[in-house]
Amino acid sequence: MANKEKDVKLLGFWASPFSRRVEMALKLKGVSYEYLEQDIVDKSALLLELNPVFKKVPVLVHNGKILAESHLILEYIDQTWKSNPILPQDPYEKAMARFWAKFVDEQVGPVCFKSVVKAEKGIEIAIEEAQELITFLEKELTGKDFFGGKTIGFLDLVAGSMIPFCLARSWEGMEIDMIPEEKFPELNRWIRNLNDIEVVSECIPHREKQIEHMMKVVERIKLA
Amino acid sequence: MASDEVKVIGAWASPFVMRPRIALNLKSVSYEFLQETFGSKSELLLKSNPVHKKIPVLIHADKPVCESNIIVEYVDETWSTSGPSMLPSNPYDRAIARFWAAYIDEKWFPSLKSILQAEGEEEKKAVLAQVEEGTALLEKAFIDCSKGKPFFNGEHVGYLDIAFGCFLGWLRVTELAAGHKVLDEAKTPSLSKWAEQFCNDPAVKPVMPDTATLAEFAKKIFAKPAA
Repeated sequence: MANKEKDVKLLGFWASPFSRRVEMALKLKGVSYEYLEQDIVDKSALLLELNPVFKKVPVLVHNGKILAESHLILEYIDQTWKSNPILPQDPYEKAMARFWAKFVDEQVGPVCFKSVVKAEKGIEIAIEEAQELITFLEKELTGKDFFGGKTIGFLDLVAGSMIPFCLARSWEGMEIDMIPEEKFPELNRWIRNLNDIEVVSECIPHREKQIEHMMKVVERIKLA
Repeated sequence: MASDEVKVIGAWASPFVMRPRIALNLKSVSYEFLQETFGSKSELLLKSNPVHKKIPVLIHADKPVCESNIIVEYVDETWSTSGPSMLPSNPYDRAIARFWAAYIDEKWFPSLKSILQAEGEEEKKAVLAQVEEGTALLEKAFIDCSKGKPFFNGEHVGYLDIAFGCFLGWLRVTELAAGHKVLDEAKTPSLSKWAEQFCNDPAVKPVMPDTATLAEFAKKIFAKPAA
């Protein structure tokens, strides 16, 4: 049964990992949607109307129902379109996926980006603290092609949109070798695996543009 | 073979710890409560939650689950045949319940906490205004979610009731300290009624600390020098 494009709309921002992961999920499920690119600095009336609480992307609109917050949107997509499940069935595995996804966005994101930019205790310590967190994820990947096992799942979408295609671009721009192969073999293998997945490679921002964008964010953080 | 035993590592005063305890009570699951000493972290806690080193931690058949709202969903899904569901079955309504729980943790509770830490009347007034704005949003959310029933989850206490209700003790302590009511019949009539019903629920009553005891505890912890 074909999904009418107009039934699903996504308000997003090209450089946002939060918005990209929703696109990956929709593509994975074969859901067609209308994409509405947003200016996250000069926010549109539509964005403010649809997400007055957080005023952020992504926002998904499905048959008039409005959803915000990327993790919730991913779970909603998983429950609404049943092909290619994103979350595991087992309650414990599900809890683990949710736990690590929260960890990626709330800890890894800030510590491996903003804290590194600010390097309040010096760059070496900032990198060390960032790598400490990333090591948890390295351990989770041991013996697996993806966090989701043989196929990509919830945590792959969250961590995949965040780490290789967003944070890693900022490390590249700042000339920091954050995840060298010898220290993070599992993570590097996972990134190579992700690049082979069409749904992922179709939904990642253009590499140079993303580096340029992240470096502008770095400047803003430094000036703040 | 790992036993099916359930343990919760926590502390009596923590609203986050209340969440899994209420959930387990709703599902009539007995558990061992392992109280942490304030100011120190046990070996078991550090081993079970090496990432955050925080309470609550649920240990089920020797497997730890961390993060209070994630634990509540785990309890709901694991003991799904026992007691009513804590989240709506409709995916959209589930997403809405989770949305408000996220809002409460990311915006509402941090602003409530900062009232107690505010220096000077001006700052206190500004933060109070923020909390009231948030509470007004939650009043509306309650009306939308409850659809005329006593709880956010409908007939029975559920995920969002727990996510918000766990803060009622601290809310009362803050109101006393600030000399200003945030939740009351005039400003938030639906939430006021809900709060009373929530606190009287048999799954909640045994784990909700009384305001006076909590106020004493608050004096102690806020008197400590900043870490």
